[in-house]
This record gives sequence, structure tokens and C-alpha cells, in this order.
Amino acid sequence: MSIWGVLIIAFLAGIEGVIDEWEFHQPIVACTLVGLATGNLVSGIALGASLQLVTLGWMNIGAAVAPDPALAAVVAAWWVSGPAHLPVAAGVILAIPLALIGQGLTQGLRKLIIPLVQQADVAAASGNLHRIDWILRLSVVLQGLRVLIPTALLMWIPSTWIHASYHLLPQVIQGGLRVSAGLLVVVSFAIVINMMATRQLWPFFFIGFALATDGHLSLVALGLIGVGLAILYLRLQDGGHHDNGGGGGTQADEDELDRELDDL
Amino acid sequence: MATEQTKPRQLTLGDQFLIFGRSGWEQAAWNYPRLQNLGFCYLMIPAIRRLYPDKQEAGEAAERHLALFNTMPYMQSLITGVTLSLEEDHANGKPVSAENISAVKVGMMGSLAGVADPVWWGTWRPILSAFAASLALSGFGIVGPLVFFIGWNVVRLAFRWIAQRWGYHQGLKVVTALSSGMLQKLTLGASIVGMFVMGAIVPRWTRVKLAPIIAMSAHGSLSLQGMLDRLLPGLVPLLLTLGCVWLLRRHVKPLWLLVGVFVIGLGGYWLGIFR
Repeated sequence: MSIWGVLIIAFLAGIEGVIDEWEFHQPIVACTLVGLATGNLVSGIALGASLQLVTLGWMNIGAAVAPDPALAAVVAAWWVSGPAHLPVAAGVILAIPLALIGQGLTQGLRKLIIPLVQQADVAAASGNLHRIDWILRLSVVLQGLRVLIPTALLMWIPSTWIHASYHLLPQVIQGGLRVSAGLLVVVSFAIVINMMATRQLWPFFFIGFALATDGHLSLVALGLIGVGLAILYLRLQDGGHHDNGGGGGTQADEDELDRELDDL
Repeated sequence: MATEQTKPRQLTLGDQFLIFGRSGWEQAAWNYPRLQNLGFCYLMIPAIRRLYPDKQEAGEAAERHLALFNTMPYMQSLITGVTLSLEEDHANGKPVSAENISAVKVGMMGSLAGVADPVWWGTWRPILSAFAASLALSGFGIVGPLVFFIGWNVVRLAFRWIAQRWGYHQGLKVVTALSSGMLQKLTLGASIVGMFVMGAIVPRWTRVKLAPIIAMSAHGSLSLQGMLDRLLPGLVPLLLTLGCVWLLRRHVKPLWLLVGVFVIGLGGYWLGIFR
């Protein structure tokens, strides 16, 4: 029963990993669902949340393909929540090579699908819209199989082997894996920061960092401070433009703000 | 071409809803030479059926939407809306040529993707998913995944529907509205929140503990972690993150950073620096 559940989740995650709509392929959703299917919800959520922080910088932008969280999340969750009962940290580490395999499969399928897309050209030339519909629906199925088939193959490996081989690792490696799993998140953080960072935005990063080290502020409170700072920044920037333009539409409070700023 | 006597061809609300439903499958046939072309053609089909009863015209419309297309999938709804209004004009014989329609699509897809990728993938998804993960890890369990799934999809579906409707009603006016600098401002605002929240996430959600290296002195003993916590908590994650950003700027592949951090973790534990 749980095996079929995991395979259905693999199929959905495979579709989502490419279409990026409902986000079933994000670890926090996929691992939770696998935990649900295997009757081990707590470990599924724990892996999903930890792995989510590692993968949050992986994004498909333009024509580039990032490592694929879909295959990684489903298979790692099967090994953690399923009968192999690996610790969460081992699941996080194993997810990385799985994500690279998934990335390769995504790139491969984007080339393999070309003859199918050319069939759509033929259909369009004869005005057969119905056929175009079915070609796209067939591609959706192929995307699902892209993750379902490797998941099924990997689930073939007996859980006892996986369990036993992890426990064969010396204590120093097991501890090291735990530390590494906690550290890997910095790479994703760096990818996201690198994408946004400009000279004018770095101060906001450090303000956020400094405030977060005070454990009393919740993440919601921090978010509100962030939004407040952004609004203030944009408004002050506007004030400057109004000053230069000298045009209409300046409001009384903005003039006051400008005067105060001049005084400083 | 429609003659003056015939009723103008018009999309119904039902057609628009069908297209909205199809818009989410746009990337399923993503392929290398022409990217999202088949997906875009697929979502236009309900409109093609309504506007071009003639098989020849329908085929021509399908062919022009099979041309190369690629944008950020959610911004596609705005382009779809504008395209629908142009197709409607074209079908009713107004002065909108097939080339005009393709040119507008190509003109919008690049600029919208450039603005929207950092907002959706670079800011909103990392923030929402980090928030959800932090809920899950701090004892709220299933609430975390639910917050992410519901939060993401409500915002996404609402955005898609509103963008498609707005694009359809405004038509080409959208292009002028977008060039007013409003989008740039929105992106800047999102990036400020994004940088701020990433700064907050780095010390909170990097799990690293330094070993209690005891420095004996006349005043007693001190642990390295205790000293660091008093000086600046989260200093180790900060330095690691900034190091990774620095390497990314020098075009080091993220895969090598993952390998490097992995080795640092293993080695650090082996040497007794981390625990």
C-alpha cells in the first residue's frame, strides 16, 4: 500500500519538477506526503523541512536547469520514513547525488521530447487542434515517469541493505554527516543572496542578520521589519525624485520629510 | 476574415477560464530548441477554437503559437491576456497582423521574466518555504507544509487569474503601463525584503555547533562557542555564507560549493572543531 502511495507521489513530483506550479516537488511538500504514505509523518516532515532549507536556492531560470528536488525528496524520504529508517541527516546528504541524477534526467527529456513536439507542427499544419492537446498531455505523463521510474528502481534496493550499510559507517563519519547536513544550507542561502545582492542592498542583509541574532524576535516580526524598511526606502527614494523634478503631486508630508532630511 | 455582417467573434468567460486552467501546464513539453512553445500553443487552443472556426485559419493560429516562447511561467498569464485580446482583434479583421501578435509576445517575454524570476523564485519561494520549514522544525509539525502549500498556491492562482484578466482588458496598454517603472520599483522592494530576510535566516537556520574547546586561565574555563555567542552569534554561518557568495561571484559552480561544505563538515567533525 505505502509503495503505491510513494509511486503516485513520485509521479506528481516528476510533473511538478518541470511545470513548477503546485510545488509538489518541493521537499517540504513531497517528503511530508511520503511520510504520510509510509505512516511515518513525523520523520517525513523533519526531513522535508531540513531538505527544504538546502534546496531553496535551486531554481530553473531561463533555459538553465537546476538540480532536481523532485527525485531527491521522494527517494530520500522513502529511505528515511520507509523501512530503511535512515536518520534525517543521512537523507539530506543522499538527496544531493539524487538531485544531480534528476537534473540529468530533466535535461535528457528536454532533448528526447523534440520529435514529439515536431509532431505538433504536423498537427498544426493540418489544423488538428485535438492532436496538439494530446501531444501535450502525453508530455505531462512523460515528465511524471521521469521521476517515477528511477524511484521505482531505487525502491528495489532492499531496505535492510541500506539500513545495514549506514550502520557499518564508523562513528566519526556518521557524526560528520550530521554536521555536514546542518552546514549545507549555506550554499543555497548564498545562491539566493548572490541573485539579489547589489551594492545598495547589502546593508539590509546585515541589519537582518544583526536583528535575527536576538532570539526574541520571531520570523514574522522580522518579516514585518523587512517590509517596513523596504517601504521606507522606496518612499525616501521617491522624495528625492520629487525634489529634483520640482513637479506637481508633492504631498505636504513628503515636503516635511525632505526638509527634515535637509536639516540632517 | 470576418465580414461586416457577421457578429464579432468574442471569447466567453468560460473560454477564459479554460485557458486559465491550461496555463499551468505550459512547461510540460519544455524542449531545447523552442522551449515553452507547445505549452503556449496548448493553452491558446480554447481561444483558437472560438475565434477561428475555419480549419485553415485555426491551423495558422496554432502554427504561430508554436514558435519559440519562454518566460517566467506565472508572468505568462499576463502575456496570455494581452495575446488573447490581440487574437480577438485579428479574428475580427481589425488592423492587427499575425506578425504583430508574435512581436508583442517576444517583446514581453524577456523583460517580464527578467523582473519576475528574482521576485518569485529568488524572494517569495525562499522566504515562504524557509518560514514553513522553520514552523515545521520548531514544533508546529504539519502546519509548516500546509502553510507553504496553501500560501504558495493561493497567491499563484490569484495572480494568474488577475494578470490574465487585466492583460485581456487592457490589451496593448499593458505594455505602456509596464514601462512606467512600477515593475522596477516592485522588484527593488522585493529584493530589499529578500536580502533582509536572508540575513535573518542565515544565523537562525544554519545548525552548527563548535566543540567546547576549553581555554584554561586564571579566571576559569571558556568554551569557544560561549565566547563566539557573546561576541556575535551566528558568526560561523555568516562567514561560510559570505565565502560561498564570494566564490559564486568568481563563477565557482554551486556543486563544488556543496562538495566543499560537505568536506568541511566531515573534516571539522573529525578534527573535533564541530560537534
